[in-house]
Amino acid sequence: MNEVILSLKNIKMKFGNEVILENLNLDISKGQFVTLLGASGCGKTTILRIIAGFLQPTSGDVYFKGKKITKLPPHKREVNTVFQRYALFPHLDVFENIAFGLRVSKKSNDEINNRVTEMLKLVGLSKMAHRSVDDLSGGQQQRVAVARALANSPKILLLDEPFSALDLRLKKDMQFELKKIQSKTGITFISVTHDQEEALSMSDSVVVIDKGKIQQIGSPEDIYNEPKNAFVADFIGESNVIDGIMLDDYVVKFVDKEFKCLDKGFKKGEHVDVVIRPEDIKLVPPDSGHISGVVTSVTFKGVNNEIITDIDGFKWMIQTTEHKNVGETIGLDLNPDDIHIMRKSEYSSDIGDYSSFSDEFFNEKEESREESD
Amino acid sequence: MNLKLMSTPYLLWITIFSIVPMFFVVYYSLTDTYGNFTLENFFEIQNYSCAFLRSIIFSVVSTIISFLIGYPTAYSITKLKKKHQKMIVALIMLQMWVSFLLTTYSLMTIMESNGIINIILGIFGIDCPLINTKSAVIIGMVYNCLPYMILPIYSSLSKMDPKIIEAAKDLGADKFKIFRKITFPMSIPGVLSGILMVFAPNMSTFIVSKMLGGNENTLIGEIIELKFLGVEYNPRSGSAIAISLMFFIVLCIEIIKYCVYGRK
Repeated sequence: MNEVILSLKNIKMKFGNEVILENLNLDISKGQFVTLLGASGCGKTTILRIIAGFLQPTSGDVYFKGKKITKLPPHKREVNTVFQRYALFPHLDVFENIAFGLRVSKKSNDEINNRVTEMLKLVGLSKMAHRSVDDLSGGQQQRVAVARALANSPKILLLDEPFSALDLRLKKDMQFELKKIQSKTGITFISVTHDQEEALSMSDSVVVIDKGKIQQIGSPEDIYNEPKNAFVADFIGESNVIDGIMLDDYVVKFVDKEFKCLDKGFKKGEHVDVVIRPEDIKLVPPDSGHISGVVTSVTFKGVNNEIITDIDGFKWMIQTTEHKNVGETIGLDLNPDDIHIMRKSEYSSDIGDYSSFSDEFFNEKEESREESD
Repeated sequence: MNLKLMSTPYLLWITIFSIVPMFFVVYYSLTDTYGNFTLENFFEIQNYSCAFLRSIIFSVVSTIISFLIGYPTAYSITKLKKKHQKMIVALIMLQMWVSFLLTTYSLMTIMESNGIINIILGIFGIDCPLINTKSAVIIGMVYNCLPYMILPIYSSLSKMDPKIIEAAKDLGADKFKIFRKITFPMSIPGVLSGILMVFAPNMSTFIVSKMLGGNENTLIGEIIELKFLGVEYNPRSGSAIAISLMFFIVLCIEIIKYCVYGRK
């Protein structure tokens, strides 16, 4: 299971003077669903294109099963891609789209028929074999793209923002199906996305990338529960990142109070980032909590309420099912395992509190991100 | 409602200058000098079958040559930088802005027996008369129609999503297979309109053959001209030829479309 199928070694990528990837090293294990996660412009798509063979790295090498393939052209690699907007062949019907790779490699007609039929069944499009691809819905087009890429029996399937063109409902369905297809075929999937929810729910392993560097590699649980730095903590889900000082192993001081925690190995008196997830904070009466603060805003989110609380001038986010009013004083209770300690990083100063937070601002950020893709 | 209003000037225009004259042509072709119904005019066409056949051959040959020159040209333009593409396309269109009577005149001077081509060939001792030959007519047709072949092909090629080429590469196709299985099939609509825009005007041209082809290469377009304006004045038989020519061209277009798109 842990056999490495693909390695990137010391990959550097420059476009003109702009450094896109800097000394990137990555091993991908066979049979895994790996997601490269990062905001647009972080270099994740460049990594995918280097693996597919569309880009040559400025320096560094790509190894496939231990063999160097850096200079191998795309059509000779055992890697296939599901493109962002699918890039289906508009002049061919569904069947011929899926058969394309097989026809190119001169397979017999019987073999092509069998394989395409099998693929159509796999993606649930058996009845649409002879439709024109222009007549298909977005979800169906994506199924064709997946089937087309899998028909060649690649050792690795690359997915470039596979769900970005689908609406939310369809996205969920397709994520579920793709995951099923991956476990059924056992093929290594490498997906690229900016959607952290998608990354967490689908992957065996998540690679968080920013500014052309890998910030963290780990299982979704690791990434969420044990973020390595403030960037990862902020990018994956909501988090309160607070300045703290390690007093001793398992003891951290922040908001002028000492807390027990589960982290050790820091210098005494080292300045650290303390991460507390909004859903881990328990609300208690004002006097009985570890800390207390004043509610400054409440947003109803359906499954819970999002409360912004002012604690000594620093705005915390809390997610709770309880109802609180603006202006109310509340107490906060923290267990040792709710507190996660990270070393200071270049990101520490960028990640502020929730004082400027509003949904509107957030949505705009998301939209401009998608447009720039 | 508004759209109807906006298209009124055009509808008026073609009614006056195309549709009404067309009715006259149809009427003339089906009547004799006394206004009685007759098909006699159409039987007369067999006297000109030679010219008709020549027109077909000439326009087929010139269409094929235009395609053979135009496709690689259009293809290589798409490989240039966007900035250079625009410049080349503008240059090609430049020729379309000049009256084709003028360009044919200049071709005539170039190909004359004491024109630039024959002078240069003469230096090397080659005697190769061009003017008043079949080759001159073909050259004239190709020259005038080349932009109409290149531009539609170019536009269909340049509209192609580069991701589609990447997808084909990704699925194992090399350059040759990408061209044969993706690029060319996807450019067929452009090729088709190129063919139609070259074949149809060449089928009915009379200027090119008259100016470059001499007396021995009379085309059907010239016959029609003679019937209306020339020594063989007979608008009734001229109309019949024009109608037949029109039907022939429409038929050819339909056949080509059928061959390319099948029954769809």
